[in-house]
Amino acid sequence: MALLETKNLGISFGGLRAVNAFDISVEKGQLYGLIGPNGAGKTTIFNLLTGVYQPDEGAILLDGVNLTGKKTIEICKAGIARTFQNIRLFHDMPVLDNVKVGLHNHYPYSTFEGILRLPRYHKVEKEMNAKAMELLEVFGLEKYADYKAENLPYGQQRKLEIARAMATNPKLLLLDEPAAGMNPNETGELMETIRFVRDRFEMTILLIEHDMKLVAGICEKLTVLNFGEVLAQGETQEVLNDPHVITAYLGE
Amino acid sequence: MKVNKSKVSKTTKNDLITYGMVILTYIVVQLLVSTGHVSSLIQGLLVPFCTYVIVAVALNLTVGILGELSLGHAGFMCVGAFASAVFSLAFKEALPGGFRFFLALLIGAASAALVGFLVGIPVLRLRGDYLAIVTLAFGEIIKNIINALYLGVDSNGVHFSMKDALSLHMEEDGLMLIKGAQGVTGTPNDSDFTVGVILILVTLFIVLNFIHSRTGRAVMSIRDNRIAAESVGINVTKYKLIAFTVSASLAGVAGVLYAHNLSTLNALPKNFGYNMSIMILVFVVLGGIGNIRGSIVAAVLLTLLPEVLRGLSDYRMLIYSIVLIVMMIFNWSPNAVFFRKRLQQKLLPGRKAEKEAV
Repeated sequence: MALLETKNLGISFGGLRAVNAFDISVEKGQLYGLIGPNGAGKTTIFNLLTGVYQPDEGAILLDGVNLTGKKTIEICKAGIARTFQNIRLFHDMPVLDNVKVGLHNHYPYSTFEGILRLPRYHKVEKEMNAKAMELLEVFGLEKYADYKAENLPYGQQRKLEIARAMATNPKLLLLDEPAAGMNPNETGELMETIRFVRDRFEMTILLIEHDMKLVAGICEKLTVLNFGEVLAQGETQEVLNDPHVITAYLGE
Repeated sequence: MKVNKSKVSKTTKNDLITYGMVILTYIVVQLLVSTGHVSSLIQGLLVPFCTYVIVAVALNLTVGILGELSLGHAGFMCVGAFASAVFSLAFKEALPGGFRFFLALLIGAASAALVGFLVGIPVLRLRGDYLAIVTLAFGEIIKNIINALYLGVDSNGVHFSMKDALSLHMEEDGLMLIKGAQGVTGTPNDSDFTVGVILILVTLFIVLNFIHSRTGRAVMSIRDNRIAAESVGINVTKYKLIAFTVSASLAGVAGVLYAHNLSTLNALPKNFGYNMSIMILVFVVLGGIGNIRGSIVAAVLLTLLPEVLRGLSDYRMLIYSIVLIVMMIFNWSPNAVFFRKRLQQKLLPGRKAEKEAV
């Protein structure tokens, strides 16, 4: 059974049909790409999947569990984590704390225990620090642990966002234009990181991207969106050679 | 793991400096008082100093850590002050001083927390200016309600009215607790400078530990990016309410301290009105939003300043406003911040490593 499945997903904003009859099926461990021209509804689909918007119709299933109509927090707990097109870090907090916020729900102690610094506080904080440092090391960010997130170089901020998303221990990772604003070197490094995350954590990844080199390089399957509708779907090379896709998006 | 450990000790060190600063100030002031170097005017201000420091630190939790603008903290102070004053007056004879004051503190903090929680539920859905306006209105409402409230106790139990003292129908032996606009009279004077400083330290302990805990991180993540915080599973409403309630209850503690320093407690525009709320906000903004130590310094300096300038009565407010503007520029202007950083690097070269490396 597929890890993520959507059936006939749709949403309108006023008279605009942003997403219509969207079906997708992502297998466990797959690197899946979602591409299409600007305004095709890609980010809207991410927002539907993470509960930022509620769909007008259709259903979202993660591992067979129906997530339709759930709130963002519940969806996060169910196992979908995401990054954002325009980076959304906790900019005024240290890099380490950014990841620790991601770990929040997995390392509980009460506010009261935190204020009085009871033994549980010290124990849990220690575990949390160790886990957060481990994640930072995976992404090569450990030397930045004390830096304010906003002071990181751009490429590292993207990585930190992925690290924070991974801290929530998701089943499915959604990456919204991870290579936006990166130079070719950084994009190359990012491709390595994405592959590495998939292999190391056996993660399922759905990503939106405009960089065709990255898409062709790492995605196993693709869905092309145009005006909120699925234009083509299938193996990466097949889709990229599809004449409809070439006219609508890639250009002759 | 080494990086990590040094960070923990750095924040702890910072906190210890803050505690140390308060204790040192306390010792110096006590020495000056005992050697007779402090005028009676300033001596009378020592407890208000503590009150303002506590409420400034409490408000910094809302403004700096939660990132929401509240102009109702004088209202929470007012709730704490009156709840505890009524309690202390009612049990003046029945309970010994120290224990009674301890209970009064708990009652003041709890009642302010309760009101903060109830106000927070609808209010925290709003943002920015709207939140400020609603909390401002709340502060005024509290003050006006208390000004219209008559409360008394006699052998038949507790009497309560919003009209006047007569409609309470009290027995001869009854005790008036709140006399409308005349407020509460005869509250025992349980607070002094030492108690005030202890309460400052307790407040600091609560606020600083709160900030460095899991809850504090969740609250700050909401401040920095609400959407991202939600996406990693932070319950935004819950953590906003927790921070706001803790902040309100600490403002209540400041109110308790304030109430037990006066023999007559009135809810006047001067002490619990919006002027006061804005004054507290000025402490927080000038001390640096999110900077707890700054709030303490600003609260002390800005309370002291008008008194020191009393001799120059005509120019007092002029100088006061100039100082405000200069402090604002020094704290917030990008050029001034840059200049301060450069100065710091020149004087303390060891510290620059982290900032320069980026």
